[in-house]
Amino acid sequence: MKIYDGGKIFIGIVIFLSVATSPFLFNMGKATARPDPKLDTPEIQKMEKKQCVEPKEFMKAEHMTLLNDWRDSVVREGNKVYIGLGGEVYNMSLQGTCMKCHSNKKKFCDECHKYVAVKPYCWDCHIPPKEN
Amino acid sequence: MSMNRRKFLKLTAVTTIATAGGISALELFRDSKLEAQEILPLEVKPLTAKRWAMVVDIRKFKKEDDYKKIIDACHRAHNVPDIGNPKDEIKWIWTDTFEHAFPGQEHKYMPENLKQIPFLLLCNHCDNPPCVRVCPTKATFKRNDGIVMMDMHRCIGCRFCMAACPFGARSFNWRDPRPFIKELNTKFPTRTKGVVEKCNFCEERLAGGLMPACVEESKRGLIFGDLEDPNSDVRKVLSSHYTIRRKSELGTGPGVYYII
Repeated sequence: MKIYDGGKIFIGIVIFLSVATSPFLFNMGKATARPDPKLDTPEIQKMEKKQCVEPKEFMKAEHMTLLNDWRDSVVREGNKVYIGLGGEVYNMSLQGTCMKCHSNKKKFCDECHKYVAVKPYCWDCHIPPKEN
Repeated sequence: MSMNRRKFLKLTAVTTIATAGGISALELFRDSKLEAQEILPLEVKPLTAKRWAMVVDIRKFKKEDDYKKIIDACHRAHNVPDIGNPKDEIKWIWTDTFEHAFPGQEHKYMPENLKQIPFLLLCNHCDNPPCVRVCPTKATFKRNDGIVMMDMHRCIGCRFCMAACPFGARSFNWRDPRPFIKELNTKFPTRTKGVVEKCNFCEERLAGGLMPACVEESKRGLIFGDLEDPNSDVRKVLSSHYTIRRKSELGTGPGVYYII
């Protein structure tokens, strides 16, 4: 069997395969480190009972929904007070409440967001805490 | 189970009464819970009203500096950038001449000083705000207390509201405002490129129990209060002085009054 222009086709296939697989080849063996968000801010260490507004598992999975609910409640309904399950009272504020404890945005927010390649636009307007 | 007509009607009546009673009891419970929320140990008591309004007493403003202090206080509190060219200008509160503020009311023979002095202008927080009507995303909306407010999360930057507002109270962020803010107020957000912004009657300060920044800075030149409360400061001033509003003939019902 004769393949017309066989040489050209094979060269083409080799070039295509090397380009198509290059992202995988380049990154082989260089697994991205698992995100490791930190909770070691001075404000959190001062707390007697280390407790967020909701349980940790809920916050891990649903913090984006909670933040959206807070946003709608504060901006559109004018209600700025959040009551936790145990009756704790919180001021619903990203800049004022969340970031007061989690003052390490780089190691707390960005760590996971970078890993999963999401780009929330919170910080286009809200001012992140000062970090060194 | 067999049931005759009489029994059925009796049962229906009893069920209706029981349900109604249950619901009203529930509502009572809900009301008391609401009350409990309000008296929870919050740090501050928010200022509330049925209809917020402002009176600008032009007689209290003598020098250019009197205005500048107020404008600076507002713009500092809300991270309003100073971009430095009129095309990109962002303003929440500003000044203009009588002729421009109250078009059609001026005439050749009016007092010379009125022709000269600047008038303090801001969003009028109208009763019937055209900006709210045209907003396609409901980013601009009117709160129950009369404040015409913006939800920056929803603004898509279409600028219909700017075209609709007859007072020029709205500014568009043509560029990222952050580099143009001299000192950041970290208690308030900035805006981003591509959204419209305007005065919010210091909604965030009212919620914190404070009067608006401009009112605080003006030393009685600006009077702020509840239009629906006959004993409020604004009502007292309005009932004892002749006041005018900007372009009231348009029917938007401006909430900012001027004593000339």
